[in-house]
Amino acid sequence: MRNTLLILLAILAIVVFPLLVVDSEFEGADAQAEAILAEGGHEPWFEPLWEPPGGETESLLFALQAALGAGLLGYYIGVRRGRSASREEPHLGGAPGNAGH
Amino acid sequence: MHIMEGYLPPLHAAAWTAVAVPFVIAGGITLAKTLRERPETRLPLAAAGAFAFVLSALKIPSVTGSSSHPTGTGLGALMFGPSVMAVLGTVVLLFQALLLAHGGITTLGANVFSMAVVGPWVAWAVWRLARGAGASLPVGVFLAAMLGNFATYCMTSVQLALAFPDPASGFGGALAKFLSVFALTQVPLAVVEGLLTVLMVTFMTRYSRADLGRLKGAA
Repeated sequence: MRNTLLILLAILAIVVFPLLVVDSEFEGADAQAEAILAEGGHEPWFEPLWEPPGGETESLLFALQAALGAGLLGYYIGVRRGRSASREEPHLGGAPGNAGH
Repeated sequence: MHIMEGYLPPLHAAAWTAVAVPFVIAGGITLAKTLRERPETRLPLAAAGAFAFVLSALKIPSVTGSSSHPTGTGLGALMFGPSVMAVLGTVVLLFQALLLAHGGITTLGANVFSMAVVGPWVAWAVWRLARGAGASLPVGVFLAAMLGNFATYCMTSVQLALAFPDPASGFGGALAKFLSVFALTQVPLAVVEGLLTVLMVTFMTRYSRADLGRLKGAA
């Protein structure tokens, strides 16, 4: 449990550190690579079939992607913890012998 | 690691698609077989997919002053073998190509190859090497997920350099240019991916060892 906390803190530090010390807008690396290609005179020959009309809709869809993933992951973690808890404390999980199914 | 829609010349787009398709088909067959023979893997498989889904949506700032994202494909590769991740990674990339105009249909093959094939296979290979060298479960998982993520971004740089060699310095010069965009930025994010993957594996070790799949022997 303590290790988990330390790892979470380390992740937080790695993510926050650049925000504090680097003065930048943190443009996406994918967009930077695209800019290099555009500078070299390379044009896309195919357009996206559909594009979010603006930044707001794009961030909505990115948030939706994260929410779907996090929601399912949270469901998984809840199910596994619940099952494990009912195994460890069978007297709370109904009739003896019926726990841990 | 997303090569944007329409940028890869048609020949390159077709070639990378041809390279990626067999991996996705083989992954689909493995996935169907796994679900048929062990239906109880449905939930952990979904969790591995969800992990890739959420992680690849998070654009995280890096010390280079640009942002990039983890891919989350290492976890599933270690649990189920690298093959199935070709399918789960393709689902993530399709979602982003169709709904976010991030990546694309013409570049899907190249992006699937870097994120859903190279990343998982490198993660798997690093895991085997680390175990062979006597690494513990968390250390092996950390190295595998971190280097798998890093390999994905190096592969993207190679793909771009092959398609767009520098007029003066050729493939090598272009590779250095694209690596300077992707590789250094990716270092802290690859570490984040390694740490998050260790957290998931630690959770499974404690609460549901059966879900560890191929990692079970090491837990």
